[in-house]
Amino acid sequence: MIPAAFDYHRPKDIAGVLALLAEHGDTARVMAGGHSLIPMMKLRMTDVQHLIDLQDVGGLSGIEIGSTSIRIGALVTQAELIDHARLAIAAPILREAALQIADPQVRYMGTIGGNVANGDPGNDMPGLMQCLNASFTLAGPDGERQVAAREFYEAAYVTARSDDEVLTAVTIPMPAGGHAYEKQKRKIGDYATAAAAVQIVNSGGTCSSAAIAMTNLSDTPVFSEAAGAALVGSSVDNAALNAAVAAMLEDIDPTEDNRGPVAFKKHAAGVILRRAIERAWSRA
Amino acid sequence: MKDEISRDDRVANLKGMGCSRKRVEDARFTQGKGNYVDDIKLDGMLFGDFVRSPYAHARVTNIDTSAALKVPGVLAVLTAADLAPLGLHWMPTLAGDKQMVLADGKVLFQGQEVAFVVAVDRYAAADGIDAVVVDYEELPVIVDPFESQQSDVVLREDLVALDGSIPPGAHGPRKHHNHIFTWSAGDKDPTLEVIANAEVVAEASMYYHRTHPCPLETCGCVASMDKVNGKLTLWGTFQAPHAIRTVVSLISGIEEHNIRVISPDIGGGFGNKVGAYSGYVCSVVASIVTGKPVKWIEDRMDNLMTTAFARDYHMTGKIAATPEGRITGLWCHVTADHGAFDACADPSKFPAGFMNICTGSYDIPTAFLEVDGVYTNKAPGGVSYRCSFRVTEAVYFIERMIEVLAIKLNMDAAELRRINFIRKEQFPYKAALGWEYDSGDYHTAWDKALATVDYAGLRAEQAQRVADFKAGKTRKIMGIGLSFFTEIVGAGPVKNCDILGLGMFDSCEIRIHPTGSAIARLGTISQGQGHATTFAQILASEIGLPADSITIEEGDTDTAPYGLGTYGSRSTPVAGAATAMAGRKIRAKAQMIAAWLLEVHDNDVEFDVDRFVVKGSPERFKTMKEIAFAAYNQAIPGLEPGLEAVSYYDPPNMTYPFGAYVCVMDIDVDTGVTEIRRFYALDDCGTRINPMIIEGQVHGGLTEALAVALGQEIAYDKMGNVKTGTLMDFFLPTAWEVPNYETDFTVTPSPHHPIGAKGVGESPHVGGVPCFSNAVQDAFRPFGNIHTNMPHDHWRIWQMANKLGLHG
Ligand SMILES: Cc1cc2nc3c(=O)[nH]c(=O)nc-3n(C[C@H](O)[C@H](O)[C@H](O)COP(=O)(O)OP(=O)(O)OC[C@H]3O[C@@H](n4cnc5c(N)ncnc54)[C@H](O)[C@@H]3O)c2cc1C
Repeated sequence: MIPAAFDYHRPKDIAGVLALLAEHGDTARVMAGGHSLIPMMKLRMTDVQHLIDLQDVGGLSGIEIGSTSIRIGALVTQAELIDHARLAIAAPILREAALQIADPQVRYMGTIGGNVANGDPGNDMPGLMQCLNASFTLAGPDGERQVAAREFYEAAYVTARSDDEVLTAVTIPMPAGGHAYEKQKRKIGDYATAAAAVQIVNSGGTCSSAAIAMTNLSDTPVFSEAAGAALVGSSVDNAALNAAVAAMLEDIDPTEDNRGPVAFKKHAAGVILRRAIERAWSRA
Repeated sequence: MKDEISRDDRVANLKGMGCSRKRVEDARFTQGKGNYVDDIKLDGMLFGDFVRSPYAHARVTNIDTSAALKVPGVLAVLTAADLAPLGLHWMPTLAGDKQMVLADGKVLFQGQEVAFVVAVDRYAAADGIDAVVVDYEELPVIVDPFESQQSDVVLREDLVALDGSIPPGAHGPRKHHNHIFTWSAGDKDPTLEVIANAEVVAEASMYYHRTHPCPLETCGCVASMDKVNGKLTLWGTFQAPHAIRTVVSLISGIEEHNIRVISPDIGGGFGNKVGAYSGYVCSVVASIVTGKPVKWIEDRMDNLMTTAFARDYHMTGKIAATPEGRITGLWCHVTADHGAFDACADPSKFPAGFMNICTGSYDIPTAFLEVDGVYTNKAPGGVSYRCSFRVTEAVYFIERMIEVLAIKLNMDAAELRRINFIRKEQFPYKAALGWEYDSGDYHTAWDKALATVDYAGLRAEQAQRVADFKAGKTRKIMGIGLSFFTEIVGAGPVKNCDILGLGMFDSCEIRIHPTGSAIARLGTISQGQGHATTFAQILASEIGLPADSITIEEGDTDTAPYGLGTYGSRSTPVAGAATAMAGRKIRAKAQMIAAWLLEVHDNDVEFDVDRFVVKGSPERFKTMKEIAFAAYNQAIPGLEPGLEAVSYYDPPNMTYPFGAYVCVMDIDVDTGVTEIRRFYALDDCGTRINPMIIEGQVHGGLTEALAVALGQEIAYDKMGNVKTGTLMDFFLPTAWEVPNYETDFTVTPSPHHPIGAKGVGESPHVGGVPCFSNAVQDAFRPFGNIHTNMPHDHWRIWQMANKLGLHG
């Protein structure tokens, strides 16, 4: 549990970060809260020769709540998400999800940017961002670009971000309707056995839109368009719930690990999604 | 002379036995001022760490250390070849086997120590480890003890004779090259006969999975060889510092007076820190070689994967009874997976520990137990994780067998226990498997427990829940977990308990200072039990000086009297008794001093709380404080000056704490998530020294029981890879997972212990594991469950429900 030697850099701005990334290529890594990266370095599973600490980089903090969207700086911690009173009203699902991540100590350090950029299928924020149809701002040598969360994840630890880019912000269209983040885990500090993010709109007793994403049930987060579609137009009755669960099960591809065999994970995913939809609908 | 304060106040001022004195240790622990082994920093200290095997079974064909020696800061790399000339490449285990210190031609489990890199700090050591190149030739891996006993693959070539025959081991003949021992207790044929002729026989096979004690502080040491005076000082996380000193002397050849072993503050042991580990030997050798102090500290993964696992018992039982539920016989066979080396920490004559306490709290006239120990490609160990030797296994076995019998008889499991309990008047009770239980009153404890939780009401609620579940009104079922346990602790009488030939007595030495304060040193060592608090309380009551004026010191072999250490709940039963006995010696001398001072005969004064008074004239007295001073400033005819005593206590018997636990649990059959609604724990540990510490011990032990029952395991895949090597997968409960515990007690003193105390630190673990497990299993009993193995984590509970058809 001792990392290999590395050089430590602490640039003051994005330009400085980009310059270091350009100079050192894939031997460099940016560090936000360090709560995914440092364990990997200690296990010597990630070889980082140049560690670029983002803590002093300006412009990466802050939560801005606009009329149609919310912008969250990459360095905003999970604890800040939880404590932000206006965010809790504008997008309560963020708080509900963040409270189910790790423990308070980790949440004081772990950032939203690190959580979504990491690419670990166990992270909770990526699925949530897909549910909310967020987009990520990436700054690179050729300037900024936006990538939709639903397009960002390619495989475990492989994302649309290239090595010379930094994620600077997350932008979320103002969520509407009822929400729920439901997560089954073995204990505090554990990644999900199965987790579901649901945002659903009730128009006079009929579901007019529904977005559903699942976590830790494939090598990437799973945005299940079909599961959401199964609810739209229904009164979210039992038949619609069954159809949504069935559609979701088509989209996930869990593997066996210490959390259990595939059959169990599929069963748990179904139960968790059903509960998430029911809770979200009750709030819609 | 007239005293200002009342007798009650004098008693209270002592903070003696029975009061919830605050723990004196906590001031430093809660302020981060503890002194653990990793806090020890010496001038020029080096750091050593291991190259470990990635394979569970492989030949080591070459170790190339040349690149590692070029890593900046690396000073030396030790391999078996370097230790062999000293005869230190292997070391004896506590179980009469031997164990490789560093891989000698092959490795037998994943994580086994292959080479020891010594460097200026732990960073350089880690880089050095990466640079050591080891060539392995993989061999077939055996992780299943049943397969092992059939396999042609020889795990331990060193234990097969040149002609291919299998010489006997430390515990008699061996049946196969991968077999270690067969050990039995009780009467085989009569037991088989009872079972053959019984009207009712219930059977079960159960696997008590492999787990790990996982103390918060891992194992480690600092070895410092002073080449000028020839003295070796060894600081370490030792649960038995004196035994370690003797072992180090025997294997290193350094004379014992030249070795000083110090256990500083220890951050939990739970059995993990009883054994001798390669890290100790290599640190000592490295210090001798380099002439500098050498530190070795395990990281969490090393700790979980290599030092001292617990359990891994495959148990098969048959229990015979009359149709009315009177138990007539019990048969038990265990296949014990000991891993690659037999490094169990048990008294020498008990290779399966006290597994023969498996008749439990019941009057079972005929019984037989047989245990086969087997080698596999897993880490060695088999320690008593928060229990006396294999007592958790025994109690789990019998408490499951009772439940299985209750199912067979279609009887209530609480009632079945009640009609089979050993009755109060049967104590001292001689059990069929050999032990003599000292005291107990099981019926009173059981009735109190069941009344407190409203057992009948719970059963009615459960019946309603079953009906609701079947009617589709709920997906949650309810379990009522029962357990009644009897422990056997306080090893133990020297006539039958020793470790490496060292009798398992314990000791206390007391010095009273002239001003009426004192220091007492013991052969035990606290790892969180609060000895500095409780032993001072025993002494306060025995010698009449305030506990706050008594320092308790343990763990330094240069100052403490010889003792066998702390594990198996032996500190209070053995060292606590020694403390009381030494205190009584002090008191006896104090009585003579008091009589002389008061100018009466010795027999004319009597002890009263904190003083000796002249019988019949309470106004004529000498306080212990006055007596202490007199011991140092008066020339008393016929008495030596000073006031000191030492006692080495060889207990006449072990003690048998018991308790009654009830757990109420709700289980979601779809997710397998359990919710503990209520946990009631009644403990009878005899005389209660400090109720608050007892409560703390019970909470801790129950939490570790919850962990083991509901998910804590060391799991291997077929290749012998450890699947649970980090705290992400190895379940260590936090405040979040832990329910609110209700504690209660009855008091049945031990008749043979000087103060009647029995020990409590391990009871909650021993009784808790079956209680949590029984709660899960009881929830599924109405749906056809007979026995399902632990750990009951989410997916396994889901699987239980699935097998019973509860998912439609
Ligand atoms: C005990 C424990 C339990 C946990 N449980 C959970 C859990 O239940 N759910 C969960 O979601 N997470 C969990 N985590 C992870 C935690 O939330 C991490 O903090 C988070 O995944 C990463 O955020 P970070 O800021 O710490 O990122 P870092 O560890 O600093 O970085 C993670 C990765 O992202 C990259 N990165 C970071 N920031 C940027 C950026 N701005 N631009 C580009 N790349 C970037 C880094 O280079 C690195 O590869 C747990 C962590 C621990 C230690």
